[in-house]
Amino acid sequence: MNAIIFSAVLGVVMMFSGIILRNKSAVTTTAIVSLLVLLLANLCNSYSVFSINIDTHGLLHFNKFGLFFNSILIAATLLFVLLSGKDIEKAGANVSDYYALIFFVLCGTSILTSFNGLLMLFLGIEIMTIPLYILTGAEKRNLKSNEASLKYFLMGCFSTGIMLMGIALVYGATGSFSLNVAASSPASAGMPASSFLQMAGLILLFVSMCFKVSAAPFHFWTPDVYDGAPSVFTSFMATIVKAAGFFAFLNLFESNAQLLGPTWKLLMSFVIIATLLIGNITAVFQQSIKRMMAYSSIAQAGFMLFALYSFNDLAKEGILLYAVAYCLATIGFFAVLIKVKDYTFDGFNGLAKTQPVLAFSATVFLMSLAGIPLTAGFFAKYYMLASVVKSGGSLWIVVVAVLFAAISVYYYFKVIQAMYFREGEPETLEITGSFKTGLVLVAAAVILVGVLPSIVLNWFYF
Amino acid sequence: MIALLLILIPLAAGLVSFAMKQGSAAKNLSLLASVVTLALALAAVSTSSAIVYDVAWLNDLGSRFTLKMDGLSKLLALLTAVSYPLIFAAVYNNEYKKPTSFYGLMLLAQAGLMGVFLAADVLLFYFFWELALIPVYFLSSIWGGEKRIAVTFKFFVYTFLGSLLMLAGILFVYFQTASHSFAMDAFYQVKLSGAQQTVAFWLFFIAFAIKMPIFPLHTWQPDTYEQSPTATTMILSGVMVKMGLFAVVRWLLPLFPLATEQFGDVVMILSIIGMLYASLIAIRQDDIKRLIAYSSIAHIGLMCAALFSGSKSGAEGAMIQMFSHGINVIGMWIIADQIEQKLGTRKMSELGGLAQKAPAMAILLVVMALANIALPLTNAFIGEFLMFSGIFQHSMWMAAAAGISIILAAVYTLNMVQKVIYGSLSTVSANAADIGGNVKLALIVIAVVIIVFGVFPQPMIDLTKDTVAGLFVKK
Repeated sequence: MNAIIFSAVLGVVMMFSGIILRNKSAVTTTAIVSLLVLLLANLCNSYSVFSINIDTHGLLHFNKFGLFFNSILIAATLLFVLLSGKDIEKAGANVSDYYALIFFVLCGTSILTSFNGLLMLFLGIEIMTIPLYILTGAEKRNLKSNEASLKYFLMGCFSTGIMLMGIALVYGATGSFSLNVAASSPASAGMPASSFLQMAGLILLFVSMCFKVSAAPFHFWTPDVYDGAPSVFTSFMATIVKAAGFFAFLNLFESNAQLLGPTWKLLMSFVIIATLLIGNITAVFQQSIKRMMAYSSIAQAGFMLFALYSFNDLAKEGILLYAVAYCLATIGFFAVLIKVKDYTFDGFNGLAKTQPVLAFSATVFLMSLAGIPLTAGFFAKYYMLASVVKSGGSLWIVVVAVLFAAISVYYYFKVIQAMYFREGEPETLEITGSFKTGLVLVAAAVILVGVLPSIVLNWFYF
Repeated sequence: MIALLLILIPLAAGLVSFAMKQGSAAKNLSLLASVVTLALALAAVSTSSAIVYDVAWLNDLGSRFTLKMDGLSKLLALLTAVSYPLIFAAVYNNEYKKPTSFYGLMLLAQAGLMGVFLAADVLLFYFFWELALIPVYFLSSIWGGEKRIAVTFKFFVYTFLGSLLMLAGILFVYFQTASHSFAMDAFYQVKLSGAQQTVAFWLFFIAFAIKMPIFPLHTWQPDTYEQSPTATTMILSGVMVKMGLFAVVRWLLPLFPLATEQFGDVVMILSIIGMLYASLIAIRQDDIKRLIAYSSIAHIGLMCAALFSGSKSGAEGAMIQMFSHGINVIGMWIIADQIEQKLGTRKMSELGGLAQKAPAMAILLVVMALANIALPLTNAFIGEFLMFSGIFQHSMWMAAAAGISIILAAVYTLNMVQKVIYGSLSTVSANAADIGGNVKLALIVIAVVIIVFGVFPQPMIDLTKDTVAGLFVKK
């Protein structure tokens, strides 16, 4: 409960900070302090030091897994603001509003990591996405940003409609908003254990969640929105928001997947392979790195979906590790991308000569995204694949996944090639020493988690 | 501890080299580190007690940082340790841009290679397998020839794909182990059905076959060898391809005996096709580097075929040959590099009569060439002899087919020798000078090794005994 209350209150605080503070960097500092407070509040909750409890009649349920995941998300946001705070200030005129919206998004993610009923799922998703529509359109005078915002809004509404329909059908079948659809089915009333309405409702929920995490074939909004949004907010959307969506997806179907029986694995294999195929193959042909990263985020979603395929303890640990690895690498890489003026591959030519620190860190992040050993991304992928093998008898899908992982090397390494092996004079924005230090620390964290993933997972069990 | 140091010294020296300002200091540091590593490797080889280093790493996953040295590990660790000082000495006078990074990456690759040969834990092995690849990728892409970016990228994607398939195979076997452990012993004890072995066998073998490379997965190799800076090519063909062969001995044959028996013939036939194919192409080459590259495919094919022949002498011969071929091919590359550095061309049609201008190089090239065709009294002879007897025990016809490649090897190697150093002096060769001090020293050391082990190969045979015995105990 701490995180939900604190994030809402701090969001309001940030909103008004713009009136009091005239200096943009002071607003950023306030945001950083507020995020630290939020993180601390959430940690206090997970270690039961101090927690505010309000009786929600079982609509919210706080467990270790969800709270820890929420801590990861808040920490990732903190990292994001630390690295890209200066760029948020440049995104538009209303800096304090952007921070307020970010806090409201965090309020949504806090609900999504603790919901215990379909109603709260809906509220969480809405609270999380509505601020994002605004952030996407933050560059008021940029047509692309406006288009992206509108597109995101329309597609978001569309998928929310599907979700509501699904919830309505499930409610109609069971008479309850309970998360565990199977348990609440009125078998005593002479109805079959899994009725048609339930099934239809679950499928609609599945489709809407696929929309939210941009899994194929419901991914079409992602590239345009990620490309059109201001780069700083793309970084935020592609990491924290997406990870929260995955957590909700996992939580929603953990007990309900069995209702669909063997069909579930079939459905998931279709979605996973379609997502990996579309994400990876399309990313190969992109000219703009920002757009390539949009498709790469679809491809990474394909890997995260393995957690829903296997639903075992390895999958749970894996999604935690994946969230950490993916957030670190993507936030880090976007922080570099924002500093380079030209987003095409040629714009990165020769970056290693002019900005060796940026190029080196970017290389580490890209290797992590590609899943090269000694980086966090390797263990993220490792856990996902291991969970599938452990769930038994599905080696073929692992082999397909590794084929796509090999393809992903192609587009990630194209950036490395541009930076290190080609000549050029890339134009960059002003780069401060503290930014470089931060970047190197993030790169070091990526490698540290890649050598000892247990430092993340031990926290979870601590 | 000595096993750990073999990895740590190159790793630490490599990282220090990155941080250095002066290229010459990095060069000297690298040479020093490689000599220290060589001394340690020699110490490791001469101790008869078991060398084990074991420390906790990823407890949750059942993986430990375990290093172990058996005969084959010692032999290949020695090969890695010997080749580096030779390479550094041979390229001592070459100028590289950004030398600190160059030497740093070279040493990181050495750390990775050592790790591959010493790891007694599959996950650790996988880590080192990749750690060896990445520095080499950067080395080839930054300091390579004109077409380097596309060529080395093909190499990287190829091998990375292989590694990922191997990872799938590793996971598959891992979940069959009793205690869910990555330890070598746990993997050796796992009982797999025939069908399971088939799946895992191919997942592993494709990775190793790409690395060696075995026909038809060899297409990355000639281009990469040609485009890489020669110092890197020496590592690639001298040491790195042995990773694939070594991995077959360590992780394939003992784990999947049923599948090995079932598919051994397929692998042998592919290897022999590759040998003949590569030899025929080598005859038509005009570029010295490409010639050596194709000749290398042929040699590796023979070693792979011998490993799968299922006979003791074949396995023994292949292991000895891993070492000998590594040393010999480095010698060939050093000479190719010298010719390119001094004359600016690698085309045999433009060379000729070098013996008149560079007699020392000519003599040493002849020694290397004779070793390349495995003439008796050179180190390669004993290995090839054992390998052929192994293949012969398995199938006479395969031995006969593989035997043709010996004749072809003589054709292209002697043809090269004749075109490069004999005949009338060509215009390009006219202003050649003989090789200098460091290079001469490196080549003489190689020539001495060739002849000493050619006359007295027993130490190598003794060293591989325990590995060979281990391979044939399980059946």
